[in-house]
Amino acid sequence: MPTHFPLFPPTASTVAVEMDLLYLFITAVCAFFAILVVAVIAFFTIKYRRRTPDAVGADIHGSLMLELTWTFIPFVLSMVMFGWGASLFFRLASPPANAMELFVVGKQWMWKVQHPEGVREINEMHVPIGRPVRVTLGSEDVLHDYFIPAFRVKMDAVPGKVTTLWFEATEVGTYHIFCAEYCGTKHSGMIGQVIVMTPQDYEAWLAGGKSTGTAVQNGERLFTDLACVTCHKPDSTGRGPSLLGVFGSTVTLTDGRKVVADENYLRESIMNSQAKIVAGYQGIMPTFQGMVTEENLLQLIAYIKTLKPAAPAGGQGK
Amino acid sequence: MTTAPVQEPRNSYLDAPHGIASWLLTKDHKRIAMLYLISITIFFAIGGLFALGIRLELLTPKGDLVPGDTYNKLFTLHGVIMIFFFLIPSIPATLGNFFVPIMVGAKDLAFPRINLLSWYLYVIGGIIALAAVAGGGLDTGWTFYTPYSTQASQTSVTLAAMAAFTAGFSSILTGFNFIVTIHRMRAPGLTWFRLPLFIWAQYATSLVMILGTPVIAITLTLLMAERSLGFPIFDPKIGGDPVLFQHLFWFYSHPAVYIMILPGMGVVSELVASISRKQIFGYAFVAFSSLAIAILGFLVWGHHLFVSSQSIYAGLVFSIITMLVAVPSAVKTFNWAATMYKGAITWESPTYWVIGFMGLFLIGGLTGLFLATLGLDIHLTDTYFVVAHFHYIMVGGAIMAFLGGLHFWWPKMTGRMYPEPLAKASAILVFVGFNLTFFPQFLLGYLGMPRRYHEYPPEFQVLNVASTGGATILGLGYGLCLVYLLWSLKKGQIAPANPWGAKGLEWEKTQSPPTTFNFDEDVIVTEPAYNYAGTKVHHG
Repeated sequence: MPTHFPLFPPTASTVAVEMDLLYLFITAVCAFFAILVVAVIAFFTIKYRRRTPDAVGADIHGSLMLELTWTFIPFVLSMVMFGWGASLFFRLASPPANAMELFVVGKQWMWKVQHPEGVREINEMHVPIGRPVRVTLGSEDVLHDYFIPAFRVKMDAVPGKVTTLWFEATEVGTYHIFCAEYCGTKHSGMIGQVIVMTPQDYEAWLAGGKSTGTAVQNGERLFTDLACVTCHKPDSTGRGPSLLGVFGSTVTLTDGRKVVADENYLRESIMNSQAKIVAGYQGIMPTFQGMVTEENLLQLIAYIKTLKPAAPAGGQGK
Repeated sequence: MTTAPVQEPRNSYLDAPHGIASWLLTKDHKRIAMLYLISITIFFAIGGLFALGIRLELLTPKGDLVPGDTYNKLFTLHGVIMIFFFLIPSIPATLGNFFVPIMVGAKDLAFPRINLLSWYLYVIGGIIALAAVAGGGLDTGWTFYTPYSTQASQTSVTLAAMAAFTAGFSSILTGFNFIVTIHRMRAPGLTWFRLPLFIWAQYATSLVMILGTPVIAITLTLLMAERSLGFPIFDPKIGGDPVLFQHLFWFYSHPAVYIMILPGMGVVSELVASISRKQIFGYAFVAFSSLAIAILGFLVWGHHLFVSSQSIYAGLVFSIITMLVAVPSAVKTFNWAATMYKGAITWESPTYWVIGFMGLFLIGGLTGLFLATLGLDIHLTDTYFVVAHFHYIMVGGAIMAFLGGLHFWWPKMTGRMYPEPLAKASAILVFVGFNLTFFPQFLLGYLGMPRRYHEYPPEFQVLNVASTGGATILGLGYGLCLVYLLWSLKKGQIAPANPWGAKGLEWEKTQSPPTTFNFDEDVIVTEPAYNYAGTKVHHG
């Protein structure tokens, strides 16, 4: 049993300090009002205690000025909390463009982690300090939640969807990973460790790991093995649309809707291929539900993201 | 206390007519309130036993007392029983049932038979819930999240959903009955702004009950349809969306929190006025803040979904509206405190409960701000911080108010006084035990201990031991309260009509306990509520 009595988890990411400051700010505001109200009530109950059995209170019905004041003050303070919280939330929701990408899949009751270079681990995640890391999350069965208290980050792993979180570690050390969304018998055993290393140690660790091919390589192999390539030809002559440059682009569907082809769009198009049909094509693609695992999906998506549009014919390619 | 000689009342609703059948087929709102009181006390005891199991398991980091599956059933059943079978009916179905008609000057609720039906629906729901407990239990958490509940769980999910579904109709009928009664059956002269604030709170609660409860009924029906019949609704493998369930579930279950706490706020308004012998400060603000909370309560469900993959822009909207709920809650608290200014404040036992309520509700309400703050909620959601927060509201707030109200109106309901020193001791034990149980959980939450954990890392043990210690004191406090209240039924001093010298139709116009039709003569109201300064108090 530890002898110290911590009130904060380890502070090991770039957002952790701001999170703690926001927490302390709200704590201070709340403590001020709690103590004020308790002190006022304590004072009144003693000062205005009933002195004779038939005593009654003064004939006071209210004061519009006072009531407007104590409607206005909590409103303003709560808006300050909202503003600060929203700004931190948007920071947490916007991974930097240069972030390295890890793939994490939750299943009852383990976390499977894959590094971009292809090294895999289970219930452990090695990351370097000083570099933003974007975690792409999937789930193979029920809801899970990837929670790293030392980094102050948390995101649900939702079956049927791709979700993301990001962090940048600042302190070398070993920290908890918890599953924070209830998932059955061994929910509390679905835990692991983040091992934060110096960049040099991280490179050495990666070099010592057994790579099973990078995510992109695996995705490319799947793209061929599953025969995606026979319809999704690069030159738009196939029975399906070309996927060059599709990621991040706006796609027009047969019903006229326009959608942005993000990770969840790609995922849905593979697993539930009839949901959104691209204008000008027929809904002839089979579903790959049950044929590809969550990890395969993340690999396929990683590969499709690398498919860049060819330079326009005869034009000045950038 | 009174010194006036009191006689055994003539006939009261308790002894005319006699016999078990006369109770089980009663149409008297007061008897139905007592039937509810007995039933919810039984469910509170069952839910409390599950809590005992949870706290004992968490004494040590290892899961050494019960297996993981058993632990998961313990916290699930604790939640289901306490929420659907204790907290939601607690104040409306007991104190509300008893006092709404009396406070509006009516002989009964608008629909006495429907009132009895609502108790039977509650009991049937409760029996189905106990059948689910006996037939394999339930391990989904009280939230029934999909796809775990529809695809993975091996327990009695359908039966448990059926239980909550059935009990829901009981609360719809109660809400409907209260709304009609408050609109149509007020005594002559009892205008809306002369109503006791308890009535305003019950009215706001009833709106939430009739508008929100059908949504949980539909949601549970969809859940049963997917689990039993394979309808593709929530499971992504068959084309559904698991997050859709969370939206539907919280569309009811967040307002349900207000079903639990709004009636408590109503009770506290009555108690603060009575213990201070003073008009409530800013009556209209307090009345409308109940309605504001009820309406805003329907627009904040998405604050449970900040890390669920919900759109971040939706998150912004839900966060800002949630912040707005803090405003009417703060207004109420400040107005209660201001009511005490220049009051004539008694130190009888209801005062202990009401001050306890204010302390716990303050902490519960203020910690809601932490969770409504978007960035901070990322770290706090799904941890013990959330567990602590909602227990401060729903146990600290709602149960403290319920027990405060029960102590305040016990002499009216039963015709007996309870021993004052024991009542004060019980209030203190509950307050101290509660804080010791749940305050450490805020700290555990910020440290990162997730909810619903059967085992935990050893560094969390100290705070968990403190919490279990506190729960022991809390349990003693509740146990003591049960013992002396039961004792008082036979041995308690006979209560006068108005032991507290309080204003209100229930104190001034009815005997203790009231007769079957409440009033001996027609009630005409000529003054605002809590008119202490305007008239002489009739004490005793």
